[in-house]
Amino acid sequence: MADRTGHDGLTGEPVFRARGLTKTYGTGEAAVHALRDVDLDILAGEFIVLLGPSGSGKSTLLNILGGLDASTSGDARYRDHQLTGAGEPELTLYRREHVGFVFQFYNLIPSLTARENVALVTEIARNPLAPEDALTLVGLADRMDHFPAQLSGGEQQRVAIARAVAKRPEVLLCDEPTGALDVQTGVRVLAVIDRVNRELGTTTVVITHNAAIAAMADRVIHLSNGLIAHIDHNAWRQAPEEIVW
Amino acid sequence: MKALDRKLWRELWQLKGQAIAIALVIVCGVAIHIMFGTTLDALRQTQARYYRDYRFADVFVSLKRAPESLRARIAAIPGVAEVETRVVAPINLEVAGFSEPITGRLISIPDGREPRLNRLYLRQGRLVAADRDDEAIISEAFANAHRLVPGDRLRVVINGRRQILTIVGTALSPEYINQMRPGSLFPDYQRYGVLWMGQRAARVAYGMEGAFNDAVVGLAGARATPEVIDAIDRLLTPYGGLGAYDREDQPSHRFLSEEFNQITLSATLFPTLFLGVAVFLLNVVISRLIGTQRDLIGTLKAFGYGNIAVALHYLKLVMIIVLAGVMVGVFAGAELGRRLSELYMTFFRFPFLDYRLTLSLVLGATLFNFGAAAAGTAFALRAAFALRPAEAMRPEPPTRYRATVVERLGLQRLLSQPSRMILRHIERRPLKSLLTVLGIALACGITMMGRFQEATIEHMLDVHYKLSQREDLAITFVEPTSWQAISSLMELPGVERVEVYRAVPVRLRFQQRSHRTTLKGVPAGGDLQRLLDADLRPLSLPPAGVLLTDYLGELLGVRVGDRLLVEVLEGDRPVREVPVVGLVKEYLGVTGYMDLAGLNRLLREGPTISGAYLAVDERAQPELYRRLSDIPRIAGTAIREQEIRNFHRTMEQTMLFFTFIATVFAVIIAFGVIYNSVRIALTERGRELASLRVLGFTRAEIGYILLGELGLLTLLAIPFGFVVGRGICALFVSGARSELYRIPLIIHPSTYAFAATVVLASALLSGWLVRRKLDRLDLIAVLKTRD
Repeated sequence: MADRTGHDGLTGEPVFRARGLTKTYGTGEAAVHALRDVDLDILAGEFIVLLGPSGSGKSTLLNILGGLDASTSGDARYRDHQLTGAGEPELTLYRREHVGFVFQFYNLIPSLTARENVALVTEIARNPLAPEDALTLVGLADRMDHFPAQLSGGEQQRVAIARAVAKRPEVLLCDEPTGALDVQTGVRVLAVIDRVNRELGTTTVVITHNAAIAAMADRVIHLSNGLIAHIDHNAWRQAPEEIVW
Repeated sequence: MKALDRKLWRELWQLKGQAIAIALVIVCGVAIHIMFGTTLDALRQTQARYYRDYRFADVFVSLKRAPESLRARIAAIPGVAEVETRVVAPINLEVAGFSEPITGRLISIPDGREPRLNRLYLRQGRLVAADRDDEAIISEAFANAHRLVPGDRLRVVINGRRQILTIVGTALSPEYINQMRPGSLFPDYQRYGVLWMGQRAARVAYGMEGAFNDAVVGLAGARATPEVIDAIDRLLTPYGGLGAYDREDQPSHRFLSEEFNQITLSATLFPTLFLGVAVFLLNVVISRLIGTQRDLIGTLKAFGYGNIAVALHYLKLVMIIVLAGVMVGVFAGAELGRRLSELYMTFFRFPFLDYRLTLSLVLGATLFNFGAAAAGTAFALRAAFALRPAEAMRPEPPTRYRATVVERLGLQRLLSQPSRMILRHIERRPLKSLLTVLGIALACGITMMGRFQEATIEHMLDVHYKLSQREDLAITFVEPTSWQAISSLMELPGVERVEVYRAVPVRLRFQQRSHRTTLKGVPAGGDLQRLLDADLRPLSLPPAGVLLTDYLGELLGVRVGDRLLVEVLEGDRPVREVPVVGLVKEYLGVTGYMDLAGLNRLLREGPTISGAYLAVDERAQPELYRRLSDIPRIAGTAIREQEIRNFHRTMEQTMLFFTFIATVFAVIIAFGVIYNSVRIALTERGRELASLRVLGFTRAEIGYILLGELGLLTLLAIPFGFVVGRGICALFVSGARSELYRIPLIIHPSTYAFAATVVLASALLSGWLVRRKLDRLDLIAVLKTRD
């Protein structure tokens, strides 16, 4: 019997370990089952793409793994951290120390410049990159003192990535990072994420409903209706620049 | 600087309009609190120090005449520490170039030494020399009113004899902090003066050699007061004692106490209301402001900022605004307090003012505001923290709107689409709408509170001086006189009508309660002095029984039909039981009234009068005044016109000063509330409105959607505000009742109109300011980002 977690054949230490993860919004007839009994292991250094249509449970899964949301039942761990049932202070500490987030709509603080948005995170991290280095990494060395409103969408997203990676997180969680971007800009953003994954060895989970992006991943997890429909293993990872959609 | 602090300062800058509006509201609340707090503090401290340092006496007594030897017997009464015997006499004064009658009071001071009680505070000059009988010290207020200085001469009529005195000093006395003619309601320093002469000279002038007609007593301990008073009365009754009384009945002190009570009321009510309203708004505004930052809070938390760090961040933002408001408020309040205290100083004749800003006042205001702001912040953050960061970052789920009452009634065809949006929005969030209405209503209410007194005071004056006291001139005789005086008064030039009255000092008792006042006998059917019933119609005076000022009736707890014990404090001091036959509507003072002949019968005296009211031909006034000052039996003359002017001046100086301040502050608060409401609505709904613009709505249409809601809520709030305002005014009026005056709860239509105008103007100005922001809505931003 094949392992439901879908990493049969892969070796390495699991970073995330989810068992029977279930998330229900609302109750009774109005209840929405966002996740139904999901089992999943994610290994260190992996590049995972979560693929699926709207409402398939991708974001819910990512949010639970990132400590932004709580499951209704089941079990989720990050290394030796129990995520399910953890209190707010523990989750805060977990996010602060281990997780970098990239959101579809960037979520930059509009009143802070690019550099300051990154500094917002490096100031509370243990061993961060300098904000300038993080911005250089995403190719924004010359836009550091611009406010979000003065940056294009792609640039804003790259600031968000710089902000996410500047603390040298062990995991990078990206929710539709290219969802609001055009192809060319999207490719640049994906290239940055890919580079972070390869060069810093950061375990990366990217949500998308764009199947073309899946080629970049080690594994592609297809979600549908709150369930893992199937998991694809890519024999080789396509470079972001080669992606066409 | 930390990135989070940068965010704070930048956002504070972006919010500057709102931040200033919030801070201004706080400034107003704090300034009113500090203004009244410091004033009350200053007056109380000053009074206490003045009484202590200048040895204000504890017991006072006037009598007809007693030999000086009696002094030792008074001093021997157990509990008495000190006694000063004096000559106190009514006088007429003449100042060159001032034609109206001036009356006053002569008080003797010991020869060659300072009085031990009621010491004089010499402002200028020196005490009178022991061997001089032509020297006098005059009260500072009188000296200032006539620009008299030491060295000037003054003509004084004492006991019918004109004397020329040299002023050697100007002084103040703790006995005359409130310096006004007996029977007057407000001070008139030009027409009433106090004058001090040496004991020997005063005795000679008043025919009191070897005797005294007034004594003041200092007690060893205040507890024995009633026993001491009884002992003094027993001792002095054979000598025409008029009844000893303690500080509570000493006119100046009593007036001061009443005034302090009034100020205390204002000092409690105004700051409580203003601070309360300010704090309420602060709370509402802050929580809504933070509510608009829900997604940013989610983001900060997603990156690992803990609740405490986020809470501190917002608390800092709020505290900066509050601190700025409190600081400016304390500064402004201290300055206003100084001015108000100085105004009271012209009214209460204190030699000095102990004005200081106490730490406790400042701390009180600070903590109150910080506490409210912190509560508002906590309330808003609690809601944000209750959400998982994932949820907080998501746009709020679409609100579940539904058809409004109007639509369910089938009236939707009458409403345009934008109008329906307005109604649904208000109905969807009843609490927020209610808070907005409440905020505007409160602002409307406090605006009325500041304003209504002005019109009300006019009404009081009209009732008192046009319906009730209608004479041109009131005359009091030195001592009770025969009715025959009427004919000599009628002979005076210009006198058209004379109505006499009899007034006796009495203590009225009913069950446990008693009140020292005047019982006045007036002729039935008089035209110059009329008694009014509750509906302000002239009352007919029954031949027997007593009528009381309605408020005096309340003080004594009597009703019509009850029998009152009247202790006369003059002559043989009879005690009689008299039925209460009616209550008289009076806004100023408290008095008992009887039919003149009835009172004479009650006192078992012949036809006796104490004074007269005159109707006078205006053209003959100068000649009349000249003749009056030559009549030695006349102790006081009050000109009605002048009384009205004094009333106005006093009111303008004190009450209207702070009602003006209160009005200005209320206007600021009204603006602060409304501006903030609409600014926050813009923040909350900016994206929605921009989307509508993108969909093709015009600026005017989205302006209507946002400002139409404000307009509707404002219009709803105004009548509610009238009710609130009336309630606040009623609270003030019921608290402000005193034996000096009762302010009727009459709210002139102009007060309602003013409050409504302030609210509407604030709404229009806020609407205009926000409309300009609406015109600059960033449509592209809406297209680019979520929601």
